[in-house]
Amino acid sequence: MFSIGLPHYLSLAAILFAIGIFGIFLNRKNIIVVLMAVELMLLAVNINLVAFSVHLGDMVGQVFAMFILTVAAAEAAIGLAILVVYFRNRGSIAVEDVNLMKG
Amino acid sequence: MVFQALAFYLFALVAVGAAVMVISSRNPVHAVLFLILAFFNAAALFILIGAEFLGMILVVVYVGAVAVMFLFVVMMLDINFAELRQGFLRYLPIGAVVGLVLLAELLIVLGGWTVAPDAVASIGAPMPAADEVTNTRALGQLLYTHYVFLFQGAGVILLIAMIGAIVLTLRRREGARRQDIAAQVARRPADTVEVRKVPTGRGI
Repeated sequence: MFSIGLPHYLSLAAILFAIGIFGIFLNRKNIIVVLMAVELMLLAVNINLVAFSVHLGDMVGQVFAMFILTVAAAEAAIGLAILVVYFRNRGSIAVEDVNLMKG
Repeated sequence: MVFQALAFYLFALVAVGAAVMVISSRNPVHAVLFLILAFFNAAALFILIGAEFLGMILVVVYVGAVAVMFLFVVMMLDINFAELRQGFLRYLPIGAVVGLVLLAELLIVLGGWTVAPDAVASIGAPMPAADEVTNTRALGQLLYTHYVFLFQGAGVILLIAMIGAIVLTLRRREGARRQDIAAQVARRPADTVEVRKVPTGRGI
């Protein structure tokens, strides 16, 4: 109970990941919250990587966590930019209508 | 040891609670603020486990850049968020089922795993002792030597993301007065100044 090890961090990451998946299903219409849920899932993956890195004594896990951080930042920037353009064109962010953009 | 455990449980509970509030709060601004809280607690957990540099980077990148960007977008777009919440309860059962199944799977995996015997042999870069080399220095020694190309690639990804975001959101509005340097340079005195001969005592 009082010695914190790898399983504790992995359970926390699993819970955060499940909350992220749950959030994507729950807020299907609100794409902003969906993006936030994706960020939560990436955070959970990072916690996993860092926990394993410390457990195995391998620095490479932290290097990869940093790259995931980079990609997450780029993804958020592009996603929000697409969202802003979509809002400008359609006046709403209801992603149910997003297939109207084709053709 | 007890202090470490208490700190872990505190930060983990707050992080999970904040994550739940992110996906369930009515107001997206509150959702972003809870996201920031979750990131802060995750950063504290990183520091607790010994990855100080990543904890700080998490605060700088996620709280300082990503969350603020979310906040800007939420406040910039004029959206009726109440309308977007329709169907919230309709999607609740399927979301709960999928989330719980995934959580159960992950926890089952967690219950039954062991470290492979040859995992220790395949360690890429052994972590130096924390009292000799700090975490930041160890990470830098690895990142600028073995992973320098990946590091540069990450930089290129960020550059492309920046250019993409600018190209996507840049627009020329009619009626906005912008500086047109080419037109300014091409302007000649003959186009703008007219020299008139004024007869004495009569005005123009």
